[in-house]
Amino acid sequence: MRNFRLLVPLLAVLFVVLAPSVAAAQGDEVVTGPGFIDRALQSLLDGIQFGAIIAITAVGLSLVFGTTHLINFAHGELVTIGAVVAFFLNVGGLGLHIIPAALIAVVVGAVLGGLLQLGLWSPLRRRGTGMINMFIITIGLSLLLRHVVLVIFGTRPQSYREYDIQRAFDLGPVGITPRDLAIFSISLLVLLGVAFMLQKTRIGTAIRAVSSNRELAEASGIDVQRVVLVVWVLGGGLAALGGVFFGLTEIITWDMGFRLLLLMFAGIILGGLGSPYGAMVGSFVIGIVAQMSSLWFPIDLQNAWALLALILVLLIRPQGILGQRERVG
Amino acid sequence: MDWEVILSDALRSGIGPIAAVYALAAIGLNLHFGYTGLLNFGQIGFMLVGAYGVAASVSTFGLSLWAGVLVGLACSVVLALLLGMPTLRLRAEYLAIATIAAGEILRLFYRSTWAEPVTGGVYGLQQFADDFFDANPIPRDSYGFWLINFSSRDLWVLLVAWGLVALFAGIMALMVHSPWGRVIRSIREDEDAVRSLGKSVYAYKMQSLVFGGAIGSIAGMMLAIQNQSVNADTYNPVETFFLYTLLVLGGAGRVLGPIIGSILFWAVLTFFDSALRQAIGAGYISPDVLSAGEVGAVRFALVGLGLMLLVIFRPQGIVGSRREMLLDVR
Repeated sequence: MRNFRLLVPLLAVLFVVLAPSVAAAQGDEVVTGPGFIDRALQSLLDGIQFGAIIAITAVGLSLVFGTTHLINFAHGELVTIGAVVAFFLNVGGLGLHIIPAALIAVVVGAVLGGLLQLGLWSPLRRRGTGMINMFIITIGLSLLLRHVVLVIFGTRPQSYREYDIQRAFDLGPVGITPRDLAIFSISLLVLLGVAFMLQKTRIGTAIRAVSSNRELAEASGIDVQRVVLVVWVLGGGLAALGGVFFGLTEIITWDMGFRLLLLMFAGIILGGLGSPYGAMVGSFVIGIVAQMSSLWFPIDLQNAWALLALILVLLIRPQGILGQRERVG
Repeated sequence: MDWEVILSDALRSGIGPIAAVYALAAIGLNLHFGYTGLLNFGQIGFMLVGAYGVAASVSTFGLSLWAGVLVGLACSVVLALLLGMPTLRLRAEYLAIATIAAGEILRLFYRSTWAEPVTGGVYGLQQFADDFFDANPIPRDSYGFWLINFSSRDLWVLLVAWGLVALFAGIMALMVHSPWGRVIRSIREDEDAVRSLGKSVYAYKMQSLVFGGAIGSIAGMMLAIQNQSVNADTYNPVETFFLYTLLVLGGAGRVLGPIIGSILFWAVLTFFDSALRQAIGAGYISPDVLSAGEVGAVRFALVGLGLMLLVIFRPQGIVGSRREMLLDVR
């Protein structure tokens, strides 16, 4: 089974080599030479940056899944709500600068995550609601929250007041705007912070213990309810932060979270279901695949290629890049 | 507020062709979710390949309508095999995520500029079902009762659509009460027990996925034919969530569940829609609070809330049995 590890990069190489020839066979223009290398480097950079945003939102989703085994379809709405709260603080009556607005949005996201756990998921678990039923409830919640946001926010895409249009730094063949560089650095720091917390702190150790075996963790005296609450608060806060970042780099829409949700799922499965580090790695892969696919294919298919990568991985290495082998049937 | 209009709107929607299409798609989903316990969140993908199978065969390749139906069915079988092969051996969540992703991939590909020569891209395809309407045996007239009127064309669509619903509900009733159906239901209850009896759980799940997917594709064809048009953006992932809502409403794991669910779902949804619009029109709700354009969003929010409350307080729906709906992920 170890040989399968080699298959993934092999297929990736095959994809990169074959794709231009396919495009050429179709008679499309194929850009070659130094221009192509530059464009490839630029979209690699864009991909890493997009991946970082997916990663900070996906880590929370992955931690929630790891500790509770709940696939939270409403996680995308936490992302949207983060972005929209920051938008109203930024552009609405208060007119706060985007940085304090983002901080408040993160707090709102964290509180919302905590409230959902205390007010909905925890009582449901006590009622003995089945896992699949909980799963369908998250879908209902997602529909409800998304369309409440739609009524409040409207269908028109919006931008924040600050950092809308910037000149890019020129770094040799590639360019990055100061805004994107700052977002990327903060995302990396946040991801490292989450990793540090998981590895070195008491609560992080407890989260990992609950993820690997809930019953055993409970028997060893870990307060599972508290751990799950911490994970929801953390997940809500990270989702809101990711939403603000996504709104800054792209645009704020009422369904941005739902569009991002599928990419988060792809990243999580790609990295290994239930492994937070896997979710980070997988999200970067998804971001890079999405951005680099536009080198050869129409840009409206970006997300389709990223999701196709998910299906390919399921075919070849279902447990994901960092996941544990677990098979039923 | 004109209550007669609101009630007749609701009734027309409850017995209308859309309700029939959703009932048919939900019958397929019921086989997956209600009987086999498979979490298929991409039923809309099956509907999409069915619809485009017919539309593209007739419009783009100039085949007959019947050939198009066969192409659509073949596409749905291929899709089910492609989705099932990697995921049916894994935990239930994998199928859920792979299917919802597949539905979105298909939508994005079918609407892309890349596929435009075959699928018409964002414009979709139109006027491919003339054969179907030429076969209409009902004499030209207006048929109806109370405030509800149907042309002979509408009546023909309704007759075929509900006929298909009845046909597949009948087939489903026979299938789930056969030995095959007993195995399928025991897979939902306890996979390991079935495996220990020497049954290939994988093969049974695959058969269920293929058959339910094919029914979904027929629903997609019916939707495309009655509109005489297909457009990829009609086939949004959200539609699958509607199917789940109406399936849970009617009662999953019951032959009549999806039919009762679909009729009620559309009747209630249209009732709210019509009532809200009338209330805004009559000035009971100030346009500052809710404008007519936002009624659609409120409707979706209500579906979400309804789904949550249903699953929390009455997971068995109207005709289901509670004991059978205490599902857990294995």
